[in-house]
Amino acid sequence: MGTDKSAAASPDSYRSGPDQHGHFGIFGGRFVAETLMPLILELEAAYNDANHDSSFQADFDYYAAHYIGRPSPLYLAHSLTNQFGGAKIYFKRDELNHTGAHKINNTLGQILLARRMGKTRIIAETGAGQHGVAAATVCALFDLPCVIYMGKTDIERQSPNVFRMKLLGAEVIPVESGTGTLKDAMNEALRDWVANVEDTFYIIGTVAGPHPYPAMVRDFQSVIGREVREQILKAEGRLPDMLVACIGGGSNAMGLFHPFLDEDLRIIGVEAGGLGLDTDKHAASLTGGVPGVLHGNRTYLLQDEDGQIIDAHSISAGLDYPGIGPEHSWLHESNRVEYVSVTDAEALDAFQLCCQGEGIIPALEPSHALAHVAKIAPDMAPEDIIVMNMCGRGDKDVFTVAAALGVAL
Amino acid sequence: MDLSVAGRGGLVTFITAGDPDPDSSFELLRRLPAAGADLIELGMPFSDPMADGPAIQSASQRALSAGASMVRTLDMVARFRADDKKTPIILMGYYNPIHRYGPARFVNDAMQVGVDGVIIVDLPPEEDEELCHPALTAGLHWIRLVTPTTGDARLPLVLKNTSGFVYYVSIAGITGTRSAAASTVDKAIKRLRRHTDLPLAVGFGINTPEQVAEITGIADAAVVGSALVTEIAANLDTKGKAMPRLADNACALVSRLAEGTR
Repeated sequence: MGTDKSAAASPDSYRSGPDQHGHFGIFGGRFVAETLMPLILELEAAYNDANHDSSFQADFDYYAAHYIGRPSPLYLAHSLTNQFGGAKIYFKRDELNHTGAHKINNTLGQILLARRMGKTRIIAETGAGQHGVAAATVCALFDLPCVIYMGKTDIERQSPNVFRMKLLGAEVIPVESGTGTLKDAMNEALRDWVANVEDTFYIIGTVAGPHPYPAMVRDFQSVIGREVREQILKAEGRLPDMLVACIGGGSNAMGLFHPFLDEDLRIIGVEAGGLGLDTDKHAASLTGGVPGVLHGNRTYLLQDEDGQIIDAHSISAGLDYPGIGPEHSWLHESNRVEYVSVTDAEALDAFQLCCQGEGIIPALEPSHALAHVAKIAPDMAPEDIIVMNMCGRGDKDVFTVAAALGVAL
Repeated sequence: MDLSVAGRGGLVTFITAGDPDPDSSFELLRRLPAAGADLIELGMPFSDPMADGPAIQSASQRALSAGASMVRTLDMVARFRADDKKTPIILMGYYNPIHRYGPARFVNDAMQVGVDGVIIVDLPPEEDEELCHPALTAGLHWIRLVTPTTGDARLPLVLKNTSGFVYYVSIAGITGTRSAAASTVDKAIKRLRRHTDLPLAVGFGINTPEQVAEITGIADAAVVGSALVTEIAANLDTKGKAMPRLADNACALVSRLAEGTR
């Protein structure tokens, strides 16, 4: 948090964004209705204030250690390293966090901020349900009422997470507008926020939305990359040669990448290619979209010729978003980070490989990252080091995977 | 812009361009002035209307399903202008369809077809360089929303590049949901008057002739959107197609609402 900001002064740094208006190059910004404008300005001020308060950082660190279980391990995946026969592959095990994904790093940070601001009601959107569960969890922890917006389609394909949120005391509201997926849930959460401006804090789940969300969520998730730096130095005595992470909105990737942006190493973001980029069923905003404005920021979007948003498709509900965080759009256009895509089928293969090779059932989201690692690791030298973010565990996905493999449970 | 007509308040009506289909929508647009609309807000359909309630969301969806697009919306205005040089038309919507169309091309084409002004929900003054400055330079009015959350400290910034009129959003919320009490609106309008000489229109939650009368007693004009769009929805058959009396019934509603201004 504070450390990320202070390291940013150099003009030739990739870590200096956003500017005071929330812009990363031409991306980002604050494209919201006037009703919300005073709220996001208030949020920005409160976040800046918290960033300069060591007790805020101390609270975050305390709960990160004792409640989330940080630091998460950095694990050398021996079996897959041998199997691929090239670079050494490390997994950053954020799937071992409480609630099973990286999402809780961010919900912890935001709820601490909400409490600091005196907000008494929490809302959040969710796609796969991991962010919804993480938001419901911290709301239970701090005894705040929680309303989760979730697309109707997602509710059907992620029913275990819906029940988890309810067990945690959250109210889950099905969103039927649009196609009933993550973007529609985000629209509905914004509508709720507009109507409940006095008491409500909106915990956005990814590095998107109006400024300051993209920077704030990145800062909270950057605990991932900061830990990796320490852990890899301890394990290998040097920094890795390559970082790989999957991208929907892009928060786990931003969290891993950001502390390394000014280092001399390759960084690769893996988007969800769905049925393939040559079809209209994918979620690859950078490789298959064009810049536009949605959900408060300018970024790459899947859209048609008329500027209407096109529904994303991915086997992984957590990557099923037609946009991407604005900082990724900027890193893409700056050529600092390489963005590639992986299809549903390739992700499914990697999913099974990881289960049987490492005894880790990965979420379908990082299975995309692993599928790309499987493609490139064999061509790298044995002394090369790849760190991949294993950002979520796959218990939630077993029904989806069974269906995709034609197995009746 | 002059929103009050000969000593009475004005009625601003909102419909979504192309809802439920291009022909029915144009027929209604053409007849709105005679029915009693003093100014027309024409919605530019968008797939993700974040500030709108279910009624206007559905209108956008119907229009898009029936092939609505920015080109068609502008064409609709051009055809309207062929017969009606007078009734002001304001295009209202979200930024992305304009972003995709190209802001400079949009400003140029909107001027060309006879659009008088624009309201872009998700372009606050903080992003004025995008479209506000080019629009004002070209001679389009830039109508801004002021909301209950816009405090006194922020008002001058919001009003700075506003022209034509100010649209006061009477509730903190989305379209077509709640209504504000007249006393609350009265207070808000008095506050706004201290900051601007522009005409003041009030919208959100205004559904009846009585509410129109109340609001036009306080402000220069009342905006009716969701109620009219809901009337359109009530004149669709089970397959979602326009029934023959759609324009008649919608115009009858507008005439009743216009009674409230007299």
